[in-house]
Amino acid sequence: MPNYLLTRIGESLLAIWGVVTIVFVVTRVLGDPAVLLLPIGSPAAALAELRSQLGLDQPILTQYVHFLGQAVRGDFGNSYQYMRPAMSVVLERMPATLMLAGSAIIIGIVLGGIAGLLAAIKRNTFVEYIVMFLALIGQATPMFWLGIVMIMFFAVNLGWLPTGGYGSFSNLVLPAMTLGTFVAASVTRLFRSSILDVLREEHVRTARAKGLRPKTIYVWHIGRNALIPVVTMVAILTAELLGGSAVAETVFSWPGVGRLIVQSIETQDFPVVQAAVCLVTTIFVFINLLVDIGYSLLDPRIRSHGGGHE
Amino acid sequence: MSESRTVTRSMLHAFLAALIRSKPGLAGAVILTIFVLAALLAPVLGLPDPVKGDLLARLKPPTISLSGFGAHPLGTDQLGRDILSRIIYGGRVTLMIAALSVLTGGVFGVVIGLISGFFGGWVDRVLMRVVDMQLSVPLTILALLIIASLGPALHNLVMVLALTSWVQYARVVRGQVLAVKSREYIQSARAIAAHPLRIIFHHVLPNVMTPAIVVLTLELARIILLEAGLSFLGLGIQPPDAAWGRMLAEGRTFMSTAWWLSVFPGVAIMLTVLSVNLLGDWLRDYFDPHLEG
Repeated sequence: MPNYLLTRIGESLLAIWGVVTIVFVVTRVLGDPAVLLLPIGSPAAALAELRSQLGLDQPILTQYVHFLGQAVRGDFGNSYQYMRPAMSVVLERMPATLMLAGSAIIIGIVLGGIAGLLAAIKRNTFVEYIVMFLALIGQATPMFWLGIVMIMFFAVNLGWLPTGGYGSFSNLVLPAMTLGTFVAASVTRLFRSSILDVLREEHVRTARAKGLRPKTIYVWHIGRNALIPVVTMVAILTAELLGGSAVAETVFSWPGVGRLIVQSIETQDFPVVQAAVCLVTTIFVFINLLVDIGYSLLDPRIRSHGGGHE
Repeated sequence: MSESRTVTRSMLHAFLAALIRSKPGLAGAVILTIFVLAALLAPVLGLPDPVKGDLLARLKPPTISLSGFGAHPLGTDQLGRDILSRIIYGGRVTLMIAALSVLTGGVFGVVIGLISGFFGGWVDRVLMRVVDMQLSVPLTILALLIIASLGPALHNLVMVLALTSWVQYARVVRGQVLAVKSREYIQSARAIAAHPLRIIFHHVLPNVMTPAIVVLTLELARIILLEAGLSFLGLGIQPPDAAWGRMLAEGRTFMSTAWWLSVFPGVAIMLTVLSVNLLGDWLRDYFDPHLEG
């Protein structure tokens, strides 16, 4: 167990290092911040001065080591646009993203949990077909399109809710429903198939044979076991949503991290992009690590197989 | 030779018969075929120009009705371009990018999976660590960043989308290789000192193709959605070429007055992804009845 844990932690650190390196290569080697920062047609001397100010005249390896050192401390320099530390700009957007991701996950689990259970209990009936069809549609619908249609219907035509923005509960409803629907569709399909898998297992047959009440069997023998893969998927979805759903946040002008990344890419505010991508990656990798550790505690087979690739 | 051809043909028959019996699978296959055919045949369908619009016919509502198609079945956009035509031509772009990405990622992933599974040992350990690491990285955000800095050219898009995809093949193929590696015919091929490449291509590869094809269909659906998202954010194929996500993004401005601009491209994406998913689910059940999704 300690071995597995150490390997996983080492892997996570390597993954973060890999992304930080990609971020460095992509933003430093390919783009010249000095050209972006100064007005077009600035004299070459001014460009050279700014480059040496930013340390861009150093050998690329020196720059890279310097960048790594700063990245570890969460220091990515000042945002070109906001003129203050890039990391603080990103952290300010975190509460909005957390709120949206949290609401979407709750909606997704409640809706998807009920629908998945219903589909599994009412196997081979009309109810199952309808639920699974809706889930398939939900998975096939592009999130931004669902958002646009919701805005059109609830905000423009009915005028019940605002089209976007941030601040009150009414602003949250449409984006949370949009993301929540997407989560619910995946939860429904996975929960249903996972219940059906557990139903085939021996201990459930034994419980039936013992004459236990169906309710007891569903809650204790099936529900508990069927939830394990769902928990994993929800954790991974959470990690993804915490990175800010760039698309959904853009549609609803929701001031989260995802939208910040898109905006900063547009304005070529590289320090903010670097800070945001590195932060999001760290959160993502960390949640993945927790999921794997949790999993290995639940299922001893994974430990000996070193990650469960079978 | 003729015997093996008969076997292949009867397998194909069984496959098609099963597909026709499955309602969801058949629906998926039919819808997808229609989209692919429309995309392939777009230039000979006599459609209005998807790029040059008729400025006198801007933002015309759909004319399709029970009595016929009318001049612009799905309406026109803000520049008077025919929406149906743009959706069909957009399908060419979207489907081509998706197909290229899925194939690139697929070939790369299958090769890595074969190497990893066949050679085992430290090669396998290193490759699988890379796979694990890539799985714990937020790929959507990374794709966004890479496209933004490299520029949204076709080959960049394909490369990035393939990058988000190869891991799935590598894992599945490796697992399958491990499963067949100990079979007798491979043991005997090894015993007569057949070249490893010969063993891989003649004996292992055929066995990993079906799971790889299942992964391919499911990945196709994911990649179409991801590409649509990127193109919605302005990071897809650039105008004036039509791409579904881009059409949606442009139509958003006219949401309150001209709903057809954003509704129809979305329906196109949804139907394509739905059909690919239906087909993929059916393929998985057909090839491996134990798994259910």
